[in-house]
Amino acid sequence: MFIINCPFCGEREQSEFKAGGEAHILRPKQPTELSDDEWAEYLFMRKNIKGVQFERWNHAHGCRKWFNMVRDTSNDEIKAVYKMGEKPPLE
Amino acid sequence: MKNKYSIYSLIKNAFTYHENWGKAWKDPVPKKEYDAVIIGGGGHGLATAYYLAKKHNMKNIAVVEKGWIGGGNTGRNTTIIRSNYLWDASAGLYNHALKIWEGLSQELNYNVMFSQRGVMNLAHNLQDVRDLKRRTHANRLNGIDAVYLNTEQVKKFCPIINTSPDIRYPVLGGTLQRRAGTARHDAVAWGYARGADEMGVDIIQNCEVKSIKRNGDSVEGIETTKGFIKTSKIGVAAAGHSSVIANMAGLKLPLESKPLQALVSEPVKPIIDTVVMSNAVHAYVSQSDKGELVIGAGTDDYVSYSQKGSHDIVEGTLNAILELYPIFSRMRMLRQWGGIVDICPDASPIISKTSIKGLYFNCGWGTGGFKATPGSGDLFAHTIANDEPHKLNASFNINRFVSGDLVDEHGAAAVAH
Repeated sequence: MFIINCPFCGEREQSEFKAGGEAHILRPKQPTELSDDEWAEYLFMRKNIKGVQFERWNHAHGCRKWFNMVRDTSNDEIKAVYKMGEKPPLE
Repeated sequence: MKNKYSIYSLIKNAFTYHENWGKAWKDPVPKKEYDAVIIGGGGHGLATAYYLAKKHNMKNIAVVEKGWIGGGNTGRNTTIIRSNYLWDASAGLYNHALKIWEGLSQELNYNVMFSQRGVMNLAHNLQDVRDLKRRTHANRLNGIDAVYLNTEQVKKFCPIINTSPDIRYPVLGGTLQRRAGTARHDAVAWGYARGADEMGVDIIQNCEVKSIKRNGDSVEGIETTKGFIKTSKIGVAAAGHSSVIANMAGLKLPLESKPLQALVSEPVKPIIDTVVMSNAVHAYVSQSDKGELVIGAGTDDYVSYSQKGSHDIVEGTLNAILELYPIFSRMRMLRQWGGIVDICPDASPIISKTSIKGLYFNCGWGTGGFKATPGSGDLFAHTIANDEPHKLNASFNINRFVSGDLVDEHGAAAVAH
């Protein structure tokens, strides 16, 4: 349980949010050209990092907007929050 | 077995105030090289080592564990054992495990306290009723005992359930697997550890794997906190940390690791003599031999390795428990904890070879791996020893995420995994 600083609404409890998994997985530009291996990679394979991970979140019980977050999954410490389309922080 | 446990050994040791029982397993220094190394000293890893030694005559093997054996999810689960899965592949896998459970205490000469007290799954809406009836038929076609109960029969089997029609999610029926039940989780790890140790397996605790050494497409060994160990076969049974180990070998797995919570109440006199699970409201409960209510809550929806969980998950489960069992309204909860579970997109496990020769994974058990411990160990040992899966785990390969031949138990089992 932690507090998330929604870029649109400010600080709210984590239970208001829905986790959307790993961020920056791009939808394939040419889906028809994809091999089975590439589909598997896109659909199923995840880094599932123990440590600093980039992920998507949705303020489901608030503004309902999507945004990105950098979080340390080993202790749930949030490093940064940034809007969709913005460049991820480099660290 | 040199130190066979029996009524005679109990009497003999009583004369010396139980101070001279021998050690159940050794504390060896790792050798330079093993024929196979199992990463992860939980139930699955220890069972794998046990069956490798017993059925495949591989004695020069080691189990490396970063903490202490059985200290991960083996010691954190709600100990439920059942095999009433919908699909044929899952039914075969879990029923294989259930059959081993039935003779496990005798085989290991270690009381795992396997108690076939039955598991009941409740239906709370029309779709639940249809799904559970369908699953009952599927189970019976696969030779798994299953009966469908109506509301009165549910009440008769477990009288403390509130079957009143005016609760928020009324009980419309349920299924019952009588051969299902519970076991003592720690004893499973200890029994397999003792059995494996007896056959010469080295169980190395406090030994964390730091990296996996590869030579091209095959493995050469592991670098650990206790030095380098050379081996040509590595079996990974690291549960929530499977992806961490996979990353060391340059592999990606279709897993997400999430906290799953459970809690126990203060101990009380016997009140519930079975296991009752409800997927729709997410509440399941049984009573331990010590008298504590053992309650399983849900997973958080975000990836975390923190072994904590969110308060709202526990709150939701307890709300459901209280509506179904008003008698528990004044119970106090004693302890709450989290374990990190590795969940596959189809909620089925992976017991498989990988693209790297000599590297095998047993993972993705998600929220329901304990019940499969003996079967999982047996089939993983077969896969490692023969470099080929057994027919019972052939469907549970990693390649199913490429071929699309998933074993989709997520929506199908009608149970909390």
